[in-house]
Amino acid sequence: MKPVNQTQISFSSNSVNEGYARAAVAAFLAQLDPTVADLSDIRTAVSEAVTNAIVHGYKDKLGTVYISVKIFEDGRAQVRVRDKGCGIPDVKQAMEPLFTTGGEERAGLGFAVMQSFCDSVRVSSTVGRGTSVTLTKHFTPRC
Amino acid sequence: MNVQISYKEGVMTAKLSGEIDHHSAREMREAIDDTAQKLKPYCLRLDFTNVPFMDSSGVGLILGRVRMCGFWRGRVVLCGLSQNLNKMVELSGIASVAAIERRAS
Repeated sequence: MKPVNQTQISFSSNSVNEGYARAAVAAFLAQLDPTVADLSDIRTAVSEAVTNAIVHGYKDKLGTVYISVKIFEDGRAQVRVRDKGCGIPDVKQAMEPLFTTGGEERAGLGFAVMQSFCDSVRVSSTVGRGTSVTLTKHFTPRC
Repeated sequence: MNVQISYKEGVMTAKLSGEIDHHSAREMREAIDDTAQKLKPYCLRLDFTNVPFMDSSGVGLILGRVRMCGFWRGRVVLCGLSQNLNKMVELSGIASVAAIERRAS
């Protein structure tokens, strides 16, 4: 299916950009006239994915995070968050709730949150090449 | 400052303001811990009334404070959670380690 609208943004993996990233995605998706709850869900999921890219993907270095957002005719939105960082050796393990390599202050809930706040989460990763997380969410129009 | 701290009779309240993510959580954590480690309150109240957004970094922030207060047998109470924040709190199962004060309806 071809998207009816799409955008791309990229930014440095500075943690201060986490707020910019979720705000930019939410601003673009506003054209779907989403409910407050749906918009909050996608903002949260994007925040998790971007934080992963910054904290884990580019663990010891600065890189670029790429986001593409696509809107489809049926009200579906697809957000892809990509980094060219270190990659995840074991995606299945990384997606387990409470698994974290981020230390005591990280809850290890990133993927669990993405999965419960979106309809689907797809992860592809190659060690040394980077990670791509694709979030899909259907937006029901407000009545 | 995005953390306002007050203290009365063993209860320390940290009123948080702004969005909580991995970036902002660090500063909030430092502000809370600086005071809490000196006062060792038996109750640390985290007030989320002025927090419009929180991702799982907020959960990490809460869990870390529960762990810290455990050193002096203090407890953590969460209050002022909006519907959005509540969804995150429920998903995380944090209610088993911190008390949640509901707004009177």
